[in-house]
Amino acid sequence: MIALWPQRHNEKHHAAKKQSFMSADLIFNMGKFEARIPGDRQYSKNHLWLQECDGAFRVGFTAYSVRLLQDVYFLDWTIDANTDVRDKQEIGEIESSKALSSLYAPSAGKVIEFNENLLDDPSTINTDNYGDGWLFRFETAEKPLQPAEYIVILEEGWEHTQRHLKGQIN
Amino acid sequence: MAQNKITVVISQAQGKNPTRRHLEEEIAAALIVDPDVDISLVPHLYDMAADHTGMLFLRSVPGDMVLLSWLYPRGIRWILDRQGIAGLEGVTLLKSEGEDDEIDEESEAPDAPEYNGIGSVHASKRKLYCIDLRSDSDPSVYLDEIRRIAGENAVQTVDLMQWIQGSPQQPQLERYLHPDRMLEAAKSNGESNPVNGNGDRVNGNGADVLPEPAKRRWYPVIDYTRCTNCLECIDFCLFGVYGIDQVDRILVEQQDNCKKGCPACSRVCPENAIIFPGHKSPAIAGAAGEVAGLKIDLSQLFGGGGGDMLNMAVAERDAELVNDGRDAVGMTVGIPKRQTHIGERDELDDLMDGLDELDL
Repeated sequence: MIALWPQRHNEKHHAAKKQSFMSADLIFNMGKFEARIPGDRQYSKNHLWLQECDGAFRVGFTAYSVRLLQDVYFLDWTIDANTDVRDKQEIGEIESSKALSSLYAPSAGKVIEFNENLLDDPSTINTDNYGDGWLFRFETAEKPLQPAEYIVILEEGWEHTQRHLKGQIN
Repeated sequence: MAQNKITVVISQAQGKNPTRRHLEEEIAAALIVDPDVDISLVPHLYDMAADHTGMLFLRSVPGDMVLLSWLYPRGIRWILDRQGIAGLEGVTLLKSEGEDDEIDEESEAPDAPEYNGIGSVHASKRKLYCIDLRSDSDPSVYLDEIRRIAGENAVQTVDLMQWIQGSPQQPQLERYLHPDRMLEAAKSNGESNPVNGNGDRVNGNGADVLPEPAKRRWYPVIDYTRCTNCLECIDFCLFGVYGIDQVDRILVEQQDNCKKGCPACSRVCPENAIIFPGHKSPAIAGAAGEVAGLKIDLSQLFGGGGGDMLNMAVAERDAELVNDGRDAVGMTVGIPKRQTHIGERDELDDLMDGLDELDL
């Protein structure tokens, strides 16, 4: 398996050096799994990425989220497109092989449209979470986190997350 | 014995979960060649409107029936009740994943108390066996249980035949066993909205074809064995979902007024009698007892906050009001007066509280 991912490993080894460049990808280690945090976009505290696109943000799950979810089976939105949302407002539900969760707005703003392709087949979330597996388009006045700031949040929260997961499994 | 076949219905999972589809197919494939079983597939039980062909089929099954669905048995039972499909609760030895092994309300002696039946008004005498397909991933577990039930069923039918001294045709037996069934079916169709939740009119010609897929719906079903008719739900819900019938009993009157994803009334119900079969919290989705070993809930990670039941319900209701262009009402309207009920806490109280205390 390792041979299939030489690029990723190089990125990991050089992550520290590359941090000063905006475009460099960062890596967060979740146990043995390396969650790639691309440098070409921004992030929210609730583990979504936001990338500017046509005057709004395209939003999707980070590699960290997808690693915890694993194979996504259903995705369902509980609001309509073009709806104003509050910070942390519940907007949908997701179920995967390992987990289920409500989904929440990354900040106050407006959900403009959903990625309709995912409603029929949400597996693109697994195969291309930073690309075609985007979730929705979003307008917000809030300033999202930079990749390095998101990495700090991941590092600070990792212990808690592991405890949270273990607490539920037992 | 050909007439004593038991009807087995698989209600398919929502979405395209390959593992679930596979299990459904394995069970169906094995039962299609079983001479003692009539097997049918219908869309997800919760999503079918009253006049969906799949629901019409379910309502037309005269005798004992095994219903396999991706829902808690308690959820299945009260969806059937809502759709006017009545019967005595058959005892299945399979338990939903994580449910405790105690046989709780499921004993069904011949002189069973009034509420052992599925059917909140008039229970029918046939048996309905509700099985959660999440109980086990091995198809043989379900096949063994269905064959056990089929055996049980065959013995009972023979006894009945002897008693009425003859060999009636199926329709005659049907009329004998369920004189009020036709009436109930008509009533249920009349009660429910002829237009389904998505506003499109549903094909109701009852043709014997594969039922059309059902779109996902969202509405509460009431467990009338728990409901005390306190009417807190009708006070709390500001969307006109609830109503009362001719005998002042609470009912889900306008189910498609219900706001997708909102389980607020279930949280304020003092008896936990309101089930949203599709909700991710087992206690709201109709789990019977202690629940463990289910899927991990990542909601906290993705931004969900904690909070007590009432605060959550009020926040959920306010969000739906605002979405409708109405004003949030907070704690000012319909706040339950009986939330601090006097009496013993039961396991379900602990469970409901436990779900909120997952915050570490």
